[in-house]
Amino acid sequence: MAEKELTFDVVRKRTYVFVWICLVILTATTVAVAKLHLTDYAVIVSIAIATAKAGLVVTFFMHLRHEPWILKIMLFVALCALTLIVMLTFSDTWFRYG
Amino acid sequence: MDNSNEKVVRHRIDYTGAKMGMWIFLFTEVLFFGGLFLLYSVFRSKYSTDFHNSAAELDVFLGTANTLILLTSSMSMALSIALVRKGRKGLSILCQIATITLGLIFLVNKYIEWGAHISHGIYPHSPQLDHMSRGKIIFFSLYYVMTGIHGLHVLIGICVITGTLIFTAREIIKREDFVKLENTGLYWHFVDIIWIYLFPLFYLIT
Repeated sequence: MAEKELTFDVVRKRTYVFVWICLVILTATTVAVAKLHLTDYAVIVSIAIATAKAGLVVTFFMHLRHEPWILKIMLFVALCALTLIVMLTFSDTWFRYG
Repeated sequence: MDNSNEKVVRHRIDYTGAKMGMWIFLFTEVLFFGGLFLLYSVFRSKYSTDFHNSAAELDVFLGTANTLILLTSSMSMALSIALVRKGRKGLSILCQIATITLGLIFLVNKYIEWGAHISHGIYPHSPQLDHMSRGKIIFFSLYYVMTGIHGLHVLIGICVITGTLIFTAREIIKREDFVKLENTGLYWHFVDIIWIYLFPLFYLIT
């Protein structure tokens, strides 16, 4: 049991470094994309890259991958609440301003 | 024998509960920052050209450097937990010191950035800022509030990690009981995620 845990941790340490490399590459990508001046899609692309980075941090650094399903559902509900608030606000402001 | 088994079981239950409590706290933080991001997105859609012009005044190099610093500090924090779980106290302490140092460097960069803006006369309610367009005033207000509150979170994180550092040295945080360090890590990674969104939204508007 103890040995199994030990090897598990060794694998994870390497995973952390690999995740970090991915995060650095994504950061370089988002800076490079900003220089392309994709006027209409720039926001969507940078938010998508940021979300991919946040996903990596939550899944690996915050260990959500190894958490029980109840925590995953709780996070999902919290994010749904945030999305709902954003959508409701924009359904108001879009019609007000435009 | 029975007694020790019971102890292990109770510890496992506490571990899940402690982590769940931390996550629930982080959800309140998500909604707290979410409100600020919502303000940002509503005003950005209304004053898009002002936001674009204001963002050009921010230092992309410093912003990118700070992103890399926080990402690296997140990795060293995650490593410190893995190391404690392997029983490697010394290396774990070293990783926590690295995390604190990177957090401090982040704040020094933030100080340089804010210092440059303030010396150019751009700070909340400054005469120069008050004469700018409405969108620019809102951009810099949000910039100061959001990066300021984020910086405060980094400072709190540094203080808490200093605490876990002492706990690890005294072996209160150890291989069998590391949930304090784990929860501190969750907080630190959350602060990192907030910066992951702040960086493109404030520095990379094109």
